[in-house]
Amino acid sequence: MHPAPSVIIFTTLSGLGFGLLAWLALGYPDVSGVVAFVFYAIAFALAVGGLLASTFHLGNRKNAIKAFSQWRTSWLSREGVGAVTSLIVMGVYAAGHIFLGEKWGALGVLGAVLSLGTVFTTSMIYAQLKTVPRWNTPWTSVLFMLHAIAGGALLAGQVTVAAILLAVLGLVQIVAWQQGDGAFAASGASLETATGLGRIGKVRQLEAPHSGENYLLKEMAFEVGRKHARKLRAIGFVLAIGLPVALLLLAPVNHFVALLAVVSHIAGVFATRWLFFAEAKHVVSLYYGR
Amino acid sequence: MTALPEKTEKKLGLVIDLDTCVGCHACVVNCKEWNTSNYGTPLSDMDAYGAAPEGTFLNRVHSYEVTPQSGCAQTVHFPKSCLHCDDAPCVTVCPTGASYKRSEDGIVLVNETDCMGCGLCAWACPYGARELDQLAGIMKKCTLCVDRIYNENIPEEDREPACVRTCPAGARHFGDFADPDSKVSRLVAERDGMDLMPEMGTAPVNKYLPPRKKDVLVGETKQLDAKSEEPKGFLAWLDKALEAI
Repeated sequence: MHPAPSVIIFTTLSGLGFGLLAWLALGYPDVSGVVAFVFYAIAFALAVGGLLASTFHLGNRKNAIKAFSQWRTSWLSREGVGAVTSLIVMGVYAAGHIFLGEKWGALGVLGAVLSLGTVFTTSMIYAQLKTVPRWNTPWTSVLFMLHAIAGGALLAGQVTVAAILLAVLGLVQIVAWQQGDGAFAASGASLETATGLGRIGKVRQLEAPHSGENYLLKEMAFEVGRKHARKLRAIGFVLAIGLPVALLLLAPVNHFVALLAVVSHIAGVFATRWLFFAEAKHVVSLYYGR
Repeated sequence: MTALPEKTEKKLGLVIDLDTCVGCHACVVNCKEWNTSNYGTPLSDMDAYGAAPEGTFLNRVHSYEVTPQSGCAQTVHFPKSCLHCDDAPCVTVCPTGASYKRSEDGIVLVNETDCMGCGLCAWACPYGARELDQLAGIMKKCTLCVDRIYNENIPEEDREPACVRTCPAGARHFGDFADPDSKVSRLVAERDGMDLMPEMGTAPVNKYLPPRKKDVLVGETKQLDAKSEEPKGFLAWLDKALEAI
């Protein structure tokens, strides 16, 4: 699949933002006043910034408001509704926390559930697609949720918990890569089933339907070099998981080390999220002999 | 709501005969011509007169080579457009309600005034039946020529999809699959009509007729006797004279 920057930025940043909001809603870290304000500002900036980035790839942005209407059937619509609801609930909670010094427990729990629920709906946009076998697995949701929870813990300064969660995220990422590498073959889709000609024999493309590019090829037949993919996986893994965990466990706890760990984590997640799209093969590419 | 209807009264769709299609692309051209000048935004082209032209099409013809375990390979031309699936995944993923499947005849359509151009429906379709128009930013797809098939302003024989009307080989058939006695239903029954990528669970309405079995040569084959003869008389002289020059 085409790794559109807007979607990579959106899933990475808003995932982190909603993850941090969930931790803040549950009272971690235990801060108040200006410090609390800064934490909420970062969380809202990430969540809202990501959501805004997601609208950049729309072909017809003026109809974006209508995306809130189909929550009964569409995961993308549910995500929109979830995002706005959690931002409103968390806005009220944050106002109470910052300005009144009150932590409304029940509202916080609701905000945390909604924030993580929004990340779940994001993951389901991808996990629901049978046409992209690598994504069509519960691991996609586990991966997105863990990214939010672990990244949120890192941003919330929960040193030990963040280290443990990041390690778990690392394990799940490896499992997801392993499982994803065999997913296309396991889906059963081939040029033979795509054309129905398997009953006669082996099928290969003789002539493409058009000499140039088209939307389908640009959007869904993105090809990434296998060798580069391996290298990027290693780089992404070290930056997103390895370095932050090492810093959290071994380095002295101060703002500079925390910033280094956060920047490294975000850079690593950008790399692995790019791969999440670039390595995913859509079944329509079969029709084009790819 | 982008929920699928539980059942549609009619199931309009196409039968595409892979045995008969000659790969002339006339259906591609007529589809583009009709659909760029009638219902909905036009089907734009980019760099139409340049080095790398591309554009939006609702129907495309692939060509494949099929090689059996023994015997000769064969070429199969393969037209592909929206299959108007019963379980259309493109409809349910739509966040704005622009995509819908009609309960009266089963046609899958896009309401262009609601589409925000997110492209998720194209991702959900296994067949590449939907293309986001690069100029309009709106999702385009086969309408089964909904503006022809019910159109009382055109002669009755033209009230079928443009691709079917134009096919010079008669490889495309239009009809109601809900009626077991319709021409398309009978064709599917007689010729073992098949679904594309059944493992995707889309329950496509359009069916494809597989190429018929090829004849097999039986026994020894022998070349025909040569029919041409050496020239005689004036022609023989002319032949020699011209050779000599």
